[in-house]
Amino acid sequence: MDLLAIIRIAMRALSRNKMRSILTMLGIIIGVGAVIAMLGVGQGARQTMQEQIQAMGSNMLFVGAGTVTRSGMHMGWGSTKSLVYDDMLAILRECPAAHAAAPGSSSNGQVVFGNDNWATRLNGTEPQYFDIRNWPFQEGSGFTQDDVIMAANVAAIGETVRKNLFGATDPIGQTLRINNLPFRVTGVLAPKGTSAAMSDDQDDIILIPLTTLQKKVTGQPWLRWIMVSAISREASYAAQKQITLLLRDRHHIRPGADDDFFVRNLADMADVADEAGRVMTLLLASIASVSLIVGGIGIMNIMLVSVTERTREIGLRMAIGATEANVQQQFLIEAVVLSLMGGTIGILFGLGASYVITQTLGWPVLVSPIVIVIAVLFSMAVGVFFGFYPARKAAQLDPIEALRYE
Amino acid sequence: MATTAQSAASLAAKQNHETVIEIQDVHKYYELGETRVHALRGVSVSIARAEFVAIMGSSGSGKSTFMNILGCLDKPSAGRYLLEGVEVSKLTKKELATIRNHKIGFVFQGFNLLSRTTALENVELPTLYARINKSEGEKRSREALALVGLADRMEHFPSQLSGGQQQRVAIARALVNRPSILLADEPTGNLDSRTSVEIMDIFQKLNDEGLTIVLVTHEPDIANFAKRSIQFRDGKIRRDEAVQNRPRAAEVIKTLPTLED
Repeated sequence: MDLLAIIRIAMRALSRNKMRSILTMLGIIIGVGAVIAMLGVGQGARQTMQEQIQAMGSNMLFVGAGTVTRSGMHMGWGSTKSLVYDDMLAILRECPAAHAAAPGSSSNGQVVFGNDNWATRLNGTEPQYFDIRNWPFQEGSGFTQDDVIMAANVAAIGETVRKNLFGATDPIGQTLRINNLPFRVTGVLAPKGTSAAMSDDQDDIILIPLTTLQKKVTGQPWLRWIMVSAISREASYAAQKQITLLLRDRHHIRPGADDDFFVRNLADMADVADEAGRVMTLLLASIASVSLIVGGIGIMNIMLVSVTERTREIGLRMAIGATEANVQQQFLIEAVVLSLMGGTIGILFGLGASYVITQTLGWPVLVSPIVIVIAVLFSMAVGVFFGFYPARKAAQLDPIEALRYE
Repeated sequence: MATTAQSAASLAAKQNHETVIEIQDVHKYYELGETRVHALRGVSVSIARAEFVAIMGSSGSGKSTFMNILGCLDKPSAGRYLLEGVEVSKLTKKELATIRNHKIGFVFQGFNLLSRTTALENVELPTLYARINKSEGEKRSREALALVGLADRMEHFPSQLSGGQQQRVAIARALVNRPSILLADEPTGNLDSRTSVEIMDIFQKLNDEGLTIVLVTHEPDIANFAKRSIQFRDGKIRRDEAVQNRPRAAEVIKTLPTLED
């Protein structure tokens, strides 16, 4: 007996009980739909995180001043004075994987404009910083190398600062006071948003020339950090190694001793964020797949009822020449047809749910074709797994008993 | 036409190829907990091609067990059963299913049609298991339905057919794979007397064309339409004789009052 004939028989049997078939499928529809939607949400979140990290510059490296321990006391990150401007020049000169670099130092700033004031992070750097971080301006522009040389009082502000201090006022050309020093605003940076990977507001920032910060605000000639961009994403690992070796040598750190700086690789962070996203996706999907298992149990339940109900039919089929294998295949295929049809409708349902989530909650949802293929295969597997026992039960009926069954 | 156990054995010895069923000293026991039920105690029968045999007996006489063995639904505990020369008691379940499909046509008391399935599809059912292609199976099914006088009811569902018509669909289903024997288990048990005679008319006509029929019934009137009657009691054959003054069902129908359909 060929497969097509068995499928035809199974379809006929299912269509005889349409309402019941649809209700049975509902379990699988909801299960597959939930898995698709949840995987979609998870994948979408992952994608967004990757895009945010990409926006920060995926081939970026962050070199930070390290910690020193003085007389057994840990002084905290950024407490060393050993990271200096010449280190940056050396990195550009001697690390082939490094493409560009921007030096920087940080402080906290109390910013006043008119009646409003705002506490924010104050970063001093050089103009190439904006390129390395891939950070455009929504208004105006950044400061220039001339401003750095002259230690000019100019500032580029982040979106959060603009919102809190200026509101509707156009900030370009306005003068604000940072720690009681007047600064002219040259530009407003495009909003970057809260980074999922960094979990802080990247737009809550003011950038001024490094020299201005060092000479007029902190009075510290050393650097807190250096931003380096590698020649490519792949090269960022090589750059990390080269920079580490170079700085250990320049800072005269003996083999075995701890670094007095740290190099953080954004590709690394991207991987960490990606892993976190993957775990979240898996978690969501596994919760959703519980409903798929419940759906499978529904199929098993209905198939068992069906076998009992159709005992006489099974007896008759055996009497007119159906083998055990024929009967088993028939019921197994009925279960698989149920779960496959449920799975197919569930995919549409899941895509619909993803669309609704995107539209109403504004979450990005990404449903990849592989997920759909897996959903189809999985729902088929559910049919086989949960249909096997009822089918086996049907096949093992004794035709004489089955024919006599009332 | 009367055959005793001895003559049946001698028939087998001659290896008459016209013998369709050859049963030799068949026993059947059932284990029911501690007790052992001896349903058949040494039955020997030989049935030739184109015979029309009625199996009679009260309940518990062993006639149902005998029919199950005859229909290859059950195997004898001891003894031999040759169907067209094939030793059936040695076959596997799968081979038995094939034998049932190719060589045996079943007609039941309760018709056993699939509900919500047309008459034609019901008749097609055995062809699905026989590796007969779909168009050939459908052609044969139409022929079989025409043979039992239901050419105009092919697309009807069982619920739209009368009892007699349903039983005729079942007969068409039994015939569609062109079996060697037709086994009918109380085929008239659920039917009124006129319809019963109509069914017997179909059986007689099929038998006239050479079909071997074995019919189980407890109604002597119905058994009389057969050519030979075998009486069971306590798991043994008590009487095996030719039917005298066999009536033609077609003639009997004329004497019966017409019932409203």
